[in-house]
Amino acid sequence: MDTETAVKTITVKELARKVLNHEDLFILDARNTDDFDDWKIEGKNVEIINTPYFDLLEGVDSIEDKLPENKEIYVICAKGGSSEFVAQQISEAGFTNVYSVEGGMKAWSEHLEPIKIGELKNGGAIYQFVRIGKGCLSYLVESNGEGAMIDTNRMLEPYETYIKEHNIKLTHVLDTHLHADHISGGRKLAEKLGATYHLPPKDATEVTFDYQQINDGDEYEVGKTTIKAVYSPGHTIGSTSFIIDDQYLLTGDILFIDSIGRPDLAGKAEDWVGDLRNTLYKRYKDLADNLLVLPAHYMGINEMNEDGSISEKLGALYQKNHGLNITDENEFRKTVTENLPPQPNSYQEIRETNMGKITPDEEQQREMEIGPNRCAVR
Amino acid sequence: MTGQVDKVLDCKGLACPMPIVRTKKEMDTLTSGQVLEIHATDKGAKNDLTAWANSGGHELIKDEEENGVLKFWIKKG
Repeated sequence: MDTETAVKTITVKELARKVLNHEDLFILDARNTDDFDDWKIEGKNVEIINTPYFDLLEGVDSIEDKLPENKEIYVICAKGGSSEFVAQQISEAGFTNVYSVEGGMKAWSEHLEPIKIGELKNGGAIYQFVRIGKGCLSYLVESNGEGAMIDTNRMLEPYETYIKEHNIKLTHVLDTHLHADHISGGRKLAEKLGATYHLPPKDATEVTFDYQQINDGDEYEVGKTTIKAVYSPGHTIGSTSFIIDDQYLLTGDILFIDSIGRPDLAGKAEDWVGDLRNTLYKRYKDLADNLLVLPAHYMGINEMNEDGSISEKLGALYQKNHGLNITDENEFRKTVTENLPPQPNSYQEIRETNMGKITPDEEQQREMEIGPNRCAVR
Repeated sequence: MTGQVDKVLDCKGLACPMPIVRTKKEMDTLTSGQVLEIHATDKGAKNDLTAWANSGGHELIKDEEENGVLKFWIKKG
């Protein structure tokens, strides 16, 4: 292989900014087609094609007519090695603006981008960390120098950097439920920064570590604001939502923008469907319509606002979210228990990791999390 | 693996795309029906070699994992 010509590279952070800004992008995904079909980069103005790198070993003649001549070409693969090889082949074919995405889909899956959602009444703000490669959302509440993290992801570095840069003293780390699609970084972050780690007790019956219980009605003071726990079971039996500053409703995996939570990831769909119904059709209905819903996931780029954030008023969701508008209980039961999408990659192992039962090394944790999140039903 | 193996290719420690680049090169030296045994440590090799073999008309006869080493037997098409 000729390695003389240095191929231009782009970081996943730069690429994520472009996707969140809805820029016109052309991406060649050089992974094998099964992996591509399972999970890929999505964006409002992203054009993406797939040709496995092993079909391009001899050159790129076969795809040359599909490549834009006057536009940047971003090549991505699983980890960044093959994309470099393919980018070089494309450069050699005469294209000049060709970039290999550093670290590939693995790095893409781990990138977090903080976006400010809004202010708090007595000062401070709430930030959404968008994990664009996996659709996971986590939150930092900051008020008067204190902070709370909700639904922390496994990669702690982006949070730590942000918390340090903004001189925040982290006091509380909360998980809305025991996650099945990604490994929680909550416990570790709390340990590292001297905060307390909280979980709903009904999701924590099998955990192997100490934690603080989150019970219905509990309130947490963070600087000059208050986080209030609202028990809202259905995705898991412990699932709990948080109302922050009487403005924001963090729904965890119970309610999303264009879908609702699935009740089957702990193997108890039939038992929990009633809880899910009750939470979505009674409990949430009693809450104020103008609360801004902030979920722990999004499924598609159509759920994304212009600024790249994911949010919508509760009242608006009661108007347009299909899952909140199934009047017949049997039909609802069917919708959330039959024909569900495939379960997330390694979800059993992920649950066990989040319980502290198994401790896979970092590389194994990465592999477990590869792929889309699939926590919802539409 | 019982049965005839015509050549063994060591790709341990190599990252994508090298296991496939080497495999392809090695396959080019074999004749139809001969079997290449490949050893690799890159986890991605499994899906990629399977897909590559299919698209190239070769047959992945068997694969197994032993102490972190992935072994593949591919029959040239």
